[in-house]
Amino acid sequence: MASELSAFYILLKRDLILAYRHRSELANPLLFFIIVISLFPLGISPESKNLQGIAPGVIWVAALLAAMLSLDSLFRSDFEDGSLEQISLSAHSLPLLVLAKVFAHWLITGLPLILLAPLLSVLLFLPDNAILTLVATLALGTPILSLVGAIGVALTVGLRRGGVLLSLLVLPLYIPVLIFAAGAVNEAARGFEVAGHLYFLGALLSLSLTLSPFATAAALRISLS
Amino acid sequence: MWAFLQKLSSPKYFYQISGYLIPWFGGFCLVFMLAGLYFGLFVAPPDYQQKETVRIMYVHVPAAWMSLFIYMVMAISAGIGLVWRMKLAEVIAASSAPIGASFTFLALVTGALWGQPMWGTWWVWDARLTSELILLFLYLGIIALNSAIEDKRTAARASAVLALVGIVNIPIIHYSVEWWSTLHQPNSDWLTEKPSIHSSMLIPLLLMAVAFKLYYATVVLKLARCEVLERERNTHWVEELVSRHQSQQ
Repeated sequence: MASELSAFYILLKRDLILAYRHRSELANPLLFFIIVISLFPLGISPESKNLQGIAPGVIWVAALLAAMLSLDSLFRSDFEDGSLEQISLSAHSLPLLVLAKVFAHWLITGLPLILLAPLLSVLLFLPDNAILTLVATLALGTPILSLVGAIGVALTVGLRRGGVLLSLLVLPLYIPVLIFAAGAVNEAARGFEVAGHLYFLGALLSLSLTLSPFATAAALRISLS
Repeated sequence: MWAFLQKLSSPKYFYQISGYLIPWFGGFCLVFMLAGLYFGLFVAPPDYQQKETVRIMYVHVPAAWMSLFIYMVMAISAGIGLVWRMKLAEVIAASSAPIGASFTFLALVTGALWGQPMWGTWWVWDARLTSELILLFLYLGIIALNSAIEDKRTAARASAVLALVGIVNIPIIHYSVEWWSTLHQPNSDWLTEKPSIHSSMLIPLLLMAVAFKLYYATVVLKLARCEVLERERNTHWVEELVSRHQSQQ
Protein backbone atom coordinates (compact mmCIF):
# COMPACT_ATOMS: atom_id res chain seq x y z
CA MET A 1 0.00 0.00 0.00
CA ALA A 2 2.77 2.41 0.94
CA SER A 3 4.55 1.78 -2.35
CA GLU A 4 1.31 2.46 -4.24
CA LEU A 5 0.96 5.78 -2.49
CA SER A 6 4.57 6.71 -3.16
CA ALA A 7 4.07 5.83 -6.85
CA PHE A 8 1.03 8.12 -6.84
CA TYR A 9 3.06 10.89 -5.24
CA ILE A 10 6.03 10.47 -7.57
CA LEU A 11 3.88 10.60 -10.69
CA LEU A 12 2.00 13.63 -9.36
CA LYS A 13 5.27 15.41 -8.66
CA ARG A 14 6.67 14.49 -12.05
CA ASP A 15 3.62 15.87 -13.88
CA LEU A 16 3.67 19.08 -11.86
CA ILE A 17 7.38 19.60 -12.57
CA LEU A 18 6.83 18.93 -16.27
CA ALA A 19 4.00 21.45 -16.29
CA TYR A 20 6.15 23.99 -14.48
CA ARG A 21 8.87 23.61 -17.12
CA HIS A 22 6.31 24.57 -19.80
CA ARG A 23 4.83 27.50 -17.93
CA SER A 24 3.79 29.41 -21.05
CA GLU A 25 1.50 26.60 -22.18
CA LEU A 26 -0.27 26.64 -18.86
CA ALA A 27 -1.68 30.09 -19.45
CA ASN A 28 -3.33 29.21 -22.77
CA PRO A 29 -6.54 27.57 -21.51
CA LEU A 30 -6.89 30.37 -18.98
CA LEU A 31 -6.53 33.02 -21.65
CA PHE A 32 -9.07 31.16 -23.73
CA PHE A 33 -11.45 31.19 -20.76
CA ILE A 34 -11.05 34.94 -20.30
CA ILE A 35 -11.36 35.77 -24.00
CA VAL A 36 -14.48 33.67 -24.53
CA ILE A 37 -16.18 35.32 -21.57
CA SER A 38 -15.24 38.80 -22.73
CA LEU A 39 -16.74 38.04 -26.17
CA PHE A 40 -20.25 37.71 -24.76
CA PRO A 41 -20.76 41.34 -23.70
CA LEU A 42 -19.51 42.34 -27.16
CA GLY A 43 -21.81 39.90 -28.91
CA ILE A 44 -24.97 40.29 -26.86
CA SER A 45 -25.09 43.65 -25.12
CA PRO A 46 -23.09 45.47 -22.49
CA GLU A 47 -26.21 46.09 -20.35
CA SER A 48 -25.79 44.72 -16.86
CA LYS A 49 -29.31 43.27 -16.77
CA ASN A 50 -28.79 41.07 -19.82
CA LEU A 51 -25.34 39.97 -18.76
CA GLN A 52 -26.48 39.15 -15.25
CA GLY A 53 -29.04 36.69 -16.60
CA ILE A 54 -26.62 34.80 -18.80
CA ALA A 55 -23.53 35.05 -16.57
CA PRO A 56 -23.80 31.61 -14.85
CA GLY A 57 -24.33 29.80 -18.13
CA VAL A 58 -21.62 31.74 -19.95
CA ILE A 59 -19.00 31.19 -17.27
CA TRP A 60 -19.80 27.50 -17.03
CA VAL A 61 -19.89 26.89 -20.78
CA ALA A 62 -16.56 28.72 -21.09
CA ALA A 63 -15.15 26.59 -18.25
CA LEU A 64 -16.38 23.45 -20.05
CA LEU A 65 -14.69 24.46 -23.29
CA ALA A 66 -11.47 25.52 -21.57
CA ALA A 67 -11.32 22.22 -19.68
CA MET A 68 -11.91 20.31 -22.90
CA LEU A 69 -9.18 22.19 -24.78
CA SER A 70 -6.67 21.54 -22.04
CA LEU A 71 -7.51 17.82 -21.89
CA ASP A 72 -5.38 16.92 -24.87
CA SER A 73 -2.19 17.62 -22.90
CA LEU A 74 -3.19 15.05 -20.28
CA PHE A 75 -1.77 12.00 -22.08
CA ARG A 76 -0.56 13.29 -25.46
CA SER A 77 3.11 14.06 -24.78
CA ASP A 78 3.51 10.99 -22.58
CA PHE A 79 2.00 8.88 -25.33
CA GLU A 80 4.32 10.31 -27.96
CA ASP A 81 7.57 9.84 -26.03
CA GLY A 82 6.56 6.39 -24.83
CA SER A 83 6.45 7.10 -21.12
CA LEU A 84 2.73 6.32 -21.05
CA GLU A 85 3.51 2.78 -22.12
CA GLN A 86 6.10 2.49 -19.36
CA ILE A 87 3.55 3.77 -16.84
CA SER A 88 1.03 1.19 -17.99
CA LEU A 89 3.64 -1.56 -17.69
CA SER A 90 4.55 -0.68 -14.11
CA ALA A 91 3.65 -3.05 -11.32
CA HIS A 92 1.44 -0.47 -9.63
CA SER A 93 -2.26 -0.34 -10.35
CA LEU A 94 -2.93 1.70 -13.46
CA PRO A 95 -6.18 3.33 -12.20
CA LEU A 96 -4.27 4.83 -9.27
CA LEU A 97 -1.54 6.18 -11.54
CA VAL A 98 -4.21 7.57 -13.88
CA LEU A 99 -5.77 9.27 -10.89
CA ALA A 100 -2.41 10.89 -10.10
CA LYS A 101 -2.14 12.24 -13.64
CA VAL A 102 -5.71 13.53 -13.60
CA PHE A 103 -5.18 15.16 -10.22
CA ALA A 104 -2.04 16.90 -11.49
CA HIS A 105 -3.95 18.01 -14.57
CA TRP A 106 -6.72 19.43 -12.43
CA LEU A 107 -4.24 21.30 -10.22
CA ILE A 108 -2.74 22.84 -13.35
CA THR A 109 -5.87 23.68 -15.32
CA GLY A 110 -8.89 23.47 -13.01
CA LEU A 111 -7.62 25.29 -9.96
CA PRO A 112 -6.63 28.50 -11.83
CA LEU A 113 -10.14 28.65 -13.32
CA ILE A 114 -11.60 28.65 -9.82
CA LEU A 115 -9.28 31.44 -8.72
CA LEU A 116 -10.07 33.49 -11.80
CA ALA A 117 -13.85 33.01 -11.79
CA PRO A 118 -14.75 35.67 -9.17
CA LEU A 119 -12.94 38.27 -11.25
CA LEU A 120 -14.81 37.29 -14.40
CA SER A 121 -18.15 37.16 -12.64
CA VAL A 122 -17.64 40.81 -11.74
CA LEU A 123 -17.16 41.54 -15.43
CA LEU A 124 -20.55 39.95 -16.12
CA PHE A 125 -22.25 41.74 -13.16
CA LEU A 126 -23.05 38.54 -11.30
CA PRO A 127 -24.58 39.48 -7.91
CA ASP A 128 -22.15 39.21 -4.99
CA ASN A 129 -24.15 36.52 -3.19
CA ALA A 130 -23.82 34.21 -6.20
CA ILE A 131 -20.03 34.49 -6.47
CA LEU A 132 -19.39 32.19 -3.54
CA THR A 133 -21.76 29.62 -5.09
CA LEU A 134 -19.96 29.96 -8.40
CA VAL A 135 -16.65 29.18 -6.71
CA ALA A 136 -18.22 26.23 -4.90
CA THR A 137 -19.71 24.79 -8.10
CA LEU A 138 -16.39 25.20 -9.91
CA ALA A 139 -14.55 23.53 -7.03
CA LEU A 140 -16.93 20.55 -7.20
CA GLY A 141 -17.41 20.57 -10.97
CA THR A 142 -13.99 21.04 -12.56
CA PRO A 143 -12.59 17.79 -11.07
CA ILE A 144 -15.53 15.98 -12.70
CA LEU A 145 -14.63 17.60 -16.03
CA SER A 146 -11.03 16.38 -15.72
CA LEU A 147 -12.07 12.88 -14.61
CA VAL A 148 -14.71 12.29 -17.27
CA GLY A 149 -12.60 14.00 -19.92
CA ALA A 150 -9.72 11.66 -19.12
CA ILE A 151 -11.78 8.72 -20.44
CA GLY A 152 -12.29 10.53 -23.74
CA VAL A 153 -8.60 11.48 -24.02
CA ALA A 154 -7.53 7.93 -23.25
CA LEU A 155 -9.76 6.67 -26.07
CA THR A 156 -8.52 9.18 -28.65
CA VAL A 157 -4.84 9.54 -27.66
CA GLY A 158 -3.66 7.14 -30.36
CA LEU A 159 -5.43 9.04 -33.13
CA ARG A 160 -3.68 11.71 -35.12
CA ARG A 161 -6.61 14.11 -35.23
CA GLY A 162 -8.35 13.35 -31.98
CA GLY A 163 -9.17 16.94 -31.02
CA VAL A 164 -12.58 17.43 -32.63
CA LEU A 165 -13.55 13.84 -31.99
CA LEU A 166 -12.73 14.32 -28.31
CA SER A 167 -15.23 17.17 -28.05
CA LEU A 168 -17.87 15.00 -29.71
CA LEU A 169 -17.30 12.23 -27.17
CA VAL A 170 -16.90 14.29 -24.04
CA LEU A 171 -19.29 17.24 -24.28
CA PRO A 172 -22.52 15.18 -24.08
CA LEU A 173 -21.15 13.56 -20.92
CA TYR A 174 -20.56 17.01 -19.38
CA ILE A 175 -24.24 18.00 -19.63
CA PRO A 176 -25.32 16.95 -16.09
CA VAL A 177 -22.46 18.98 -14.57
CA LEU A 178 -23.47 22.01 -16.61
CA ILE A 179 -27.12 21.69 -15.60
CA PHE A 180 -26.51 21.42 -11.87
CA ALA A 181 -23.66 23.92 -11.67
CA ALA A 182 -25.22 26.67 -13.77
CA GLY A 183 -28.56 25.93 -12.08
CA ALA A 184 -27.02 26.43 -8.65
CA VAL A 185 -25.48 29.77 -9.60
CA ASN A 186 -28.77 30.91 -11.16
CA GLU A 187 -30.67 30.00 -8.00
CA ALA A 188 -28.10 31.76 -5.83
CA ALA A 189 -28.38 34.90 -7.97
CA ARG A 190 -32.14 34.90 -7.32
CA GLY A 191 -31.55 34.38 -3.61
CA PHE A 192 -32.76 30.79 -3.33
CA GLU A 193 -31.33 27.80 -1.52
CA VAL A 194 -28.60 25.98 -3.51
CA ALA A 195 -27.69 23.07 -1.22
CA GLY A 196 -29.62 20.54 -3.34
CA HIS A 197 -27.68 21.38 -6.49
CA LEU A 198 -24.38 21.24 -4.64
CA TYR A 199 -25.24 17.85 -3.16
CA PHE A 200 -25.90 16.55 -6.66
CA LEU A 201 -22.57 17.90 -7.86
CA GLY A 202 -20.90 16.21 -4.90
CA ALA A 203 -22.61 12.94 -5.77
CA LEU A 204 -21.47 13.23 -9.38
CA LEU A 205 -17.94 13.98 -8.18
CA SER A 206 -17.77 10.93 -5.94
CA LEU A 207 -19.24 8.75 -8.70
CA SER A 208 -16.74 9.93 -11.29
CA LEU A 209 -13.90 9.80 -8.78
CA THR A 210 -14.57 6.13 -8.11
CA LEU A 211 -15.47 4.90 -11.60
CA SER A 212 -13.61 7.09 -14.07
CA PRO A 213 -10.02 5.95 -13.23
CA PHE A 214 -10.99 2.36 -14.06
CA ALA A 215 -12.65 3.33 -17.34
CA THR A 216 -9.66 5.54 -18.21
CA ALA A 217 -7.21 2.74 -17.42
CA ALA A 218 -9.18 0.31 -19.60
CA ALA A 219 -9.31 2.85 -22.41
CA LEU A 220 -5.57 3.51 -22.13
CA ARG A 221 -4.78 -0.17 -22.41
CA ILE A 222 -6.89 -0.34 -25.57
CA SER A 223 -5.18 2.71 -27.07
CA LEU A 224 -1.74 1.35 -26.24
CA SER A 225 -2.38 -2.16 -27.57
CA MET B 1 -27.56 -24.31 -24.94
CA TRP B 2 -23.98 -23.24 -24.22
CA ALA B 3 -22.67 -25.35 -27.08
CA PHE B 4 -25.23 -23.77 -29.40
CA LEU B 5 -24.20 -20.27 -28.32
CA GLN B 6 -20.58 -21.12 -28.83
CA LYS B 7 -21.33 -22.48 -32.27
CA LEU B 8 -23.37 -19.40 -33.10
CA SER B 9 -20.57 -17.11 -32.02
CA SER B 10 -18.27 -18.48 -34.69
CA PRO B 11 -18.49 -16.09 -37.66
CA LYS B 12 -18.97 -18.87 -40.18
CA TYR B 13 -22.05 -20.37 -38.48
CA PHE B 14 -23.40 -16.93 -37.74
CA TYR B 15 -23.19 -16.13 -41.44
CA GLN B 16 -25.14 -19.28 -42.34
CA ILE B 17 -27.78 -19.02 -39.62
CA SER B 18 -28.38 -15.31 -40.15
CA GLY B 19 -28.84 -16.08 -43.85
CA TYR B 20 -31.78 -18.32 -42.94
CA LEU B 21 -33.18 -15.92 -40.36
CA ILE B 22 -33.18 -12.69 -42.36
CA PRO B 23 -36.04 -13.60 -44.76
CA TRP B 24 -38.20 -14.69 -41.81
CA PHE B 25 -37.54 -11.55 -39.79
CA GLY B 26 -38.00 -9.39 -42.88
CA GLY B 27 -41.21 -11.12 -43.90
CA PHE B 28 -42.80 -10.88 -40.45
CA CYS B 29 -41.62 -7.27 -40.22
CA LEU B 30 -43.48 -6.50 -43.45
CA VAL B 31 -46.65 -8.23 -42.21
CA PHE B 32 -46.64 -6.40 -38.87
CA MET B 33 -45.69 -3.09 -40.47
CA LEU B 34 -48.54 -3.28 -43.02
CA ALA B 35 -51.04 -4.36 -40.35
CA GLY B 36 -49.85 -1.62 -37.98
CA LEU B 37 -50.03 1.04 -40.68
CA TYR B 38 -53.48 -0.15 -41.76
CA PHE B 39 -54.84 -0.08 -38.21
CA GLY B 40 -53.03 3.16 -37.43
CA LEU B 41 -53.94 5.10 -40.53
CA PHE B 42 -57.42 3.78 -41.33
CA VAL B 43 -58.99 1.92 -38.42
CA ALA B 44 -57.91 3.91 -35.36
CA PRO B 45 -60.17 6.92 -34.71
CA PRO B 46 -58.71 10.43 -34.80
CA ASP B 47 -58.08 11.86 -31.35
CA TYR B 48 -60.74 14.29 -30.16
CA GLN B 49 -58.06 16.81 -29.25
CA GLN B 50 -55.16 16.06 -31.59
CA LYS B 51 -57.33 15.17 -34.63
CA GLU B 52 -55.48 13.27 -37.36
CA THR B 53 -52.01 14.28 -36.15
CA VAL B 54 -52.25 11.60 -33.46
CA ARG B 55 -51.39 9.09 -36.20
CA ILE B 56 -47.80 10.36 -36.15
CA MET B 57 -47.59 8.73 -32.72
CA TYR B 58 -47.77 5.27 -34.29
CA VAL B 59 -44.34 5.91 -35.76
CA HIS B 60 -42.99 8.31 -33.18
CA VAL B 61 -43.52 6.31 -30.00
CA PRO B 62 -42.10 2.98 -31.28
CA ALA B 63 -39.12 4.87 -32.74
CA ALA B 64 -38.43 6.47 -29.36
CA TRP B 65 -38.70 3.06 -27.67
CA MET B 66 -36.31 1.59 -30.20
CA SER B 67 -33.76 4.38 -29.64
CA LEU B 68 -33.35 3.28 -26.02
CA PHE B 69 -33.74 -0.44 -26.69
CA ILE B 70 -30.99 -0.45 -29.32
CA TYR B 71 -28.67 1.47 -27.01
CA MET B 72 -29.19 -1.23 -24.38
CA VAL B 73 -28.53 -4.01 -26.89
CA MET B 74 -25.47 -2.18 -28.18
CA ALA B 75 -24.00 -1.51 -24.74
CA ILE B 76 -24.63 -5.06 -23.51
CA SER B 77 -23.10 -6.68 -26.57
CA ALA B 78 -20.22 -4.18 -26.43
CA GLY B 79 -19.65 -5.20 -22.81
CA ILE B 80 -19.71 -8.88 -23.76
CA GLY B 81 -17.24 -8.18 -26.55
CA LEU B 82 -14.99 -6.26 -24.19
CA VAL B 83 -14.95 -8.86 -21.42
CA TRP B 84 -14.99 -12.15 -23.34
CA ARG B 85 -13.40 -10.85 -26.55
CA MET B 86 -16.29 -12.35 -28.51
CA LYS B 87 -15.96 -11.17 -32.10
CA LEU B 88 -19.63 -11.52 -32.89
CA ALA B 89 -20.68 -9.30 -29.98
CA GLU B 90 -18.32 -6.60 -31.23
CA VAL B 91 -19.86 -6.90 -34.70
CA ILE B 92 -23.40 -6.63 -33.37
CA ALA B 93 -22.48 -3.57 -31.28
CA ALA B 94 -20.82 -1.84 -34.21
CA SER B 95 -23.75 -2.62 -36.51
CA SER B 96 -26.34 -1.45 -33.99
CA ALA B 97 -24.99 2.08 -33.58
CA PRO B 98 -26.06 3.52 -36.97
CA ILE B 99 -29.51 1.90 -36.71
CA GLY B 100 -30.00 3.28 -33.22
CA ALA B 101 -28.93 6.73 -34.37
CA SER B 102 -31.44 6.54 -37.24
CA PHE B 103 -34.29 5.59 -34.91
CA THR B 104 -33.35 8.42 -32.54
CA PHE B 105 -33.30 10.83 -35.46
CA LEU B 106 -36.66 9.49 -36.68
CA ALA B 107 -38.15 9.99 -33.20
CA LEU B 108 -36.88 13.58 -33.12
CA VAL B 109 -38.13 14.39 -36.63
CA THR B 110 -41.57 12.85 -36.15
CA GLY B 111 -41.76 14.60 -32.78
CA ALA B 112 -41.05 17.93 -34.46
CA LEU B 113 -43.64 17.23 -37.18
CA TRP B 114 -46.18 16.45 -34.48
CA GLY B 115 -45.17 19.42 -32.34
CA GLN B 116 -45.62 21.99 -35.08
CA PRO B 117 -49.44 21.62 -35.37
CA MET B 118 -49.97 20.61 -31.71
CA TRP B 119 -47.74 22.96 -29.75
CA GLY B 120 -47.29 25.54 -32.52
CA THR B 121 -43.54 25.06 -32.48
CA TRP B 122 -41.07 22.60 -33.94
CA TRP B 123 -39.05 22.33 -30.77
CA VAL B 124 -39.43 22.87 -27.04
CA TRP B 125 -36.71 22.31 -24.46
CA ASP B 126 -38.79 19.65 -22.80
CA ALA B 127 -37.03 16.97 -20.76
CA ARG B 128 -37.83 14.10 -23.09
CA LEU B 129 -36.87 15.96 -26.24
CA THR B 130 -33.62 17.13 -24.72
CA SER B 131 -32.57 13.72 -23.47
CA GLU B 132 -33.45 12.21 -26.84
CA LEU B 133 -31.23 14.82 -28.51
CA ILE B 134 -28.37 14.01 -26.14
CA LEU B 135 -28.89 10.31 -26.86
CA LEU B 136 -28.41 11.12 -30.54
CA PHE B 137 -25.14 12.90 -29.68
CA LEU B 138 -23.97 9.82 -27.76
CA TYR B 139 -24.76 7.58 -30.72
CA LEU B 140 -22.94 9.92 -33.11
CA GLY B 141 -19.92 10.00 -30.79
CA ILE B 142 -19.76 6.20 -30.77
CA ILE B 143 -20.10 6.04 -34.57
CA ALA B 144 -17.40 8.70 -34.97
CA LEU B 145 -15.00 6.90 -32.64
CA ASN B 146 -15.68 3.60 -34.35
CA SER B 147 -14.86 4.99 -37.78
CA ALA B 148 -11.85 7.02 -36.59
CA ILE B 149 -9.81 3.98 -35.51
CA GLU B 150 -8.35 1.98 -38.36
CA ASP B 151 -8.05 -1.42 -36.71
CA LYS B 152 -11.53 -2.94 -36.44
CA ARG B 153 -10.96 -4.80 -33.19
CA THR B 154 -9.36 -1.84 -31.42
CA ALA B 155 -12.19 0.35 -32.70
CA ALA B 156 -14.77 -2.08 -31.34
CA ARG B 157 -13.13 -2.21 -27.91
CA ALA B 158 -12.70 1.57 -27.70
CA SER B 159 -16.31 2.25 -28.63
CA ALA B 160 -17.37 -0.47 -26.19
CA VAL B 161 -15.77 1.52 -23.34
CA LEU B 162 -17.57 4.63 -24.58
CA ALA B 163 -20.90 2.80 -24.84
CA LEU B 164 -20.52 1.53 -21.26
CA VAL B 165 -19.61 5.00 -19.98
CA GLY B 166 -22.69 6.21 -21.84
CA ILE B 167 -24.95 3.66 -20.19
CA VAL B 168 -23.85 4.82 -16.74
CA ASN B 169 -24.48 8.37 -17.86
CA ILE B 170 -27.85 7.96 -19.58
CA PRO B 171 -29.91 7.78 -16.37
CA ILE B 172 -27.91 10.67 -14.87
CA ILE B 173 -28.42 12.77 -17.98
CA HIS B 174 -32.09 11.83 -18.14
CA TYR B 175 -32.87 12.77 -14.57
CA SER B 176 -30.74 15.91 -14.57
CA VAL B 177 -32.49 17.09 -17.72
CA GLU B 178 -35.85 16.23 -16.24
CA TRP B 179 -35.07 18.15 -13.10
CA TRP B 180 -33.72 21.07 -15.10
CA SER B 181 -36.80 21.30 -17.27
CA THR B 182 -39.23 21.05 -14.35
CA LEU B 183 -37.33 23.94 -12.79
CA HIS B 184 -37.85 26.00 -15.89
CA GLN B 185 -41.31 25.09 -17.10
CA PRO B 186 -43.44 23.47 -14.43
CA ASN B 187 -46.51 23.62 -16.67
CA SER B 188 -45.36 20.89 -19.01
CA ASP B 189 -46.50 18.16 -16.61
CA TRP B 190 -49.52 17.37 -18.72
CA LEU B 191 -47.13 16.12 -21.38
CA THR B 192 -45.51 13.55 -19.17
CA GLU B 193 -48.71 12.22 -17.66
CA LYS B 194 -49.83 9.16 -19.53
CA PRO B 195 -53.42 9.45 -20.66
CA SER B 196 -55.36 6.18 -20.59
CA ILE B 197 -55.19 4.77 -24.06
CA HIS B 198 -58.02 3.08 -25.90
CA SER B 199 -57.43 -0.36 -27.40
CA SER B 200 -58.17 0.90 -30.92
CA MET B 201 -55.08 3.07 -30.52
CA LEU B 202 -53.05 0.60 -28.48
CA ILE B 203 -53.27 -2.19 -31.09
CA PRO B 204 -51.62 -0.25 -33.95
CA LEU B 205 -49.05 1.08 -31.49
CA LEU B 206 -48.05 -2.41 -30.37
CA LEU B 207 -48.12 -3.75 -33.93
CA MET B 208 -45.76 -0.99 -35.00
CA ALA B 209 -43.52 -1.61 -31.99
CA VAL B 210 -43.18 -5.29 -32.96
CA ALA B 211 -42.62 -4.32 -36.60
CA PHE B 212 -39.82 -1.94 -35.63
CA LYS B 213 -38.17 -4.60 -33.48
CA LEU B 214 -38.27 -7.03 -36.38
CA TYR B 215 -36.97 -4.34 -38.71
CA TYR B 216 -34.04 -3.80 -36.35
CA ALA B 217 -33.37 -7.55 -36.20
CA THR B 218 -33.38 -7.77 -39.99
CA VAL B 219 -31.15 -4.78 -40.60
CA VAL B 220 -28.70 -5.53 -37.79
CA LEU B 221 -28.22 -9.08 -39.09
CA LYS B 222 -27.67 -7.78 -42.63
CA LEU B 223 -25.14 -5.19 -41.46
CA ALA B 224 -23.46 -7.75 -39.20
CA ARG B 225 -23.12 -10.19 -42.13
CA CYS B 226 -21.35 -7.54 -44.19
CA GLU B 227 -19.12 -6.69 -41.26
CA VAL B 228 -18.29 -10.37 -40.66
CA LEU B 229 -17.37 -10.85 -44.32
CA GLU B 230 -15.15 -7.79 -44.22
CA ARG B 231 -13.41 -8.85 -41.03
CA GLU B 232 -12.95 -12.46 -42.11
CA ARG B 233 -12.00 -11.71 -45.69
CA ASN B 234 -8.67 -13.50 -45.35
CA THR B 235 -10.14 -16.73 -43.99
CA HIS B 236 -10.73 -19.93 -45.83
CA TRP B 237 -14.51 -20.07 -45.58
CA VAL B 238 -15.01 -16.61 -47.06
CA GLU B 239 -12.74 -17.51 -49.95
CA GLU B 240 -14.80 -20.66 -50.51
CA LEU B 241 -18.01 -18.65 -50.35
CA VAL B 242 -16.75 -16.16 -52.91
CA SER B 243 -15.46 -18.83 -55.30
CA ARG B 244 -18.75 -20.73 -55.04
CA HIS B 245 -20.61 -17.52 -55.74
CA GLN B 246 -18.44 -16.79 -58.76
CA SER B 247 -18.80 -20.29 -60.19
CA GLN B 248 -22.60 -19.95 -60.03
CA GLN B 249 -22.55 -16.92 -62.26
